[in-house]
Amino acid sequence: MRELHTRLKQLFPLGELTEQRPDLAFVTVPAAFLRPTLLHLRDREGFTHLVLLTAVDWLEEGQFQLTYLLTNRHAATTLGLRVMLPREDARMESIHEVWPTAATYQRELREMFGIDFPGSPRLHEEFILEGWNDIPPYRRDFDTLKYARESYNERPGRETHDPATHMKQKLYPGGA
Amino acid sequence: MKEELLKRVVKGPDGVEFEVEPLRDYYCEAPPAVHPPVYAKIVEDLFNWARSQSIWILGFGTGCGAIEMRPLMTPRFDAYRYGIQWRPTPRQANLLVISGYLSVKTLKRAIRAYEQMQNPKYVVGLGSCTINGGMYWDSYNTIKRLDDYLPVDLYITGCMPRPEALLAGFEDLKKLIRAGKAEGANQYAENFDWYKTNQKRVIHDWDMPDYNW
Ligand code: SF4
Repeated sequence: MRELHTRLKQLFPLGELTEQRPDLAFVTVPAAFLRPTLLHLRDREGFTHLVLLTAVDWLEEGQFQLTYLLTNRHAATTLGLRVMLPREDARMESIHEVWPTAATYQRELREMFGIDFPGSPRLHEEFILEGWNDIPPYRRDFDTLKYARESYNERPGRETHDPATHMKQKLYPGGA
Repeated sequence: MKEELLKRVVKGPDGVEFEVEPLRDYYCEAPPAVHPPVYAKIVEDLFNWARSQSIWILGFGTGCGAIEMRPLMTPRFDAYRYGIQWRPTPRQANLLVISGYLSVKTLKRAIRAYEQMQNPKYVVGLGSCTINGGMYWDSYNTIKRLDDYLPVDLYITGCMPRPEALLAGFEDLKKLIRAGKAEGANQYAENFDWYKTNQKRVIHDWDMPDYNW
C-alpha cells in the first residue's frame, strides 16, 4: 500500500494514506483529479473492480464525502478514494463511462443525498423512493423521526425499553 | 401520472388508429360492494365452514417475515396438511399475508394486490412491524399501522413469528371465519373512503384508479 501510495503521489496530488488494515487503505483526492486517478488505478494498477460508491454527510463542516472503493482482485487489496465536495449545490463528475455500474450508485446518491452527477444515465428517475416530497432523506439535516411522526399514523400504547437497562433488570432483578 | 396511463391514440397492427384511456379501459371503476350474508344463518354457517377450509395465500412477501413462510411450504412444517396453500397471483388467492414492514412503495403494490383478489378475502398482518411499526417505527418510508390502510382480520405477533406461530394463527383465522367474524372485506367496502384517504395521505404519487380489480 505504501509503495502504491508513493507511486501515485508522484502523479497526482493525493492526501495522506490512512491504513485501516494491511489490505485496506483510504486516501483523499481533489475532485478534479478523481477521474485520472481512477483510470490510472484501473488500467495500470489492476484495481479493476468498483466495489461501491457511497457518501457521508459532514453537516458541521458543510461537506459531502464521496468514497470510491476499488479492489485489486489479484493482489487482494482495496483502496478507497475520498473526494470532499461542498455541501451547497453539491455536484460531482459522473464516472459512468469508467464503470457502468457507477450509474446506479450515482442515481441512488442523487435521490438519497441530493448530489448531482451531470450526464449520468437515468439520474433523475426515481430509484428507491416513490413520490418523495421532502429533502433527500439521508441528509443529516433531514429529521427522520419528525417526518415519520408526521407522515405515518401510530398505534397508541407502544412502549420502548432501553435494551441495556431492560436486559439488566431481567438478568439481575435484584441489581448487581 | 405515468405516461403509459395517459389517454392517447395508438395504432393497431392492422393500421387502424384508436383511442385508449387506460384508467377507464383497463380497470373497473365501480367501488367495492358489501357482500351481505345469505338469507339463512345455517346456510351462511355452512358457507363460512367451507371458506375456512379453503385458504389460498398470495405468495407476496413484503418484509423479513416473508422468510418464515417458506418453511411452511416444506415438509418440516407443512402447512398444506391444514388445507393452506400458496398461489402466485391475486386472482387465485383469498388470503393476503402482509409479512412484515411495508414501505410506502410496497404498500401501493399490496393495495393493488388486495383489491384484485376476489371475495371472500382476508388479510393477516405478520409481526410487530405491521402492528405498531416494530423496529421500523422511526423510519422515513414505512407505515406503522397496517389496519389504517388495509382491513386486517388477524395479527400474528413476534419479530419475526416462527412457523409454529403462523400455523396457530391460521387456525385462529379459521375459527374467525367460521364464526363469521372475518369481515375485513366488507369493512373495506363500507369504509372505502376512509381507507382511500389514509392510503393517499402516504402514497404521494397516486397513479392508479381508486379501486383496481
Ligand atoms: S416484525 Fe421483525 S421480522 Fe417482521 S418485518 Fe418487522 S423487523 Fe422484520
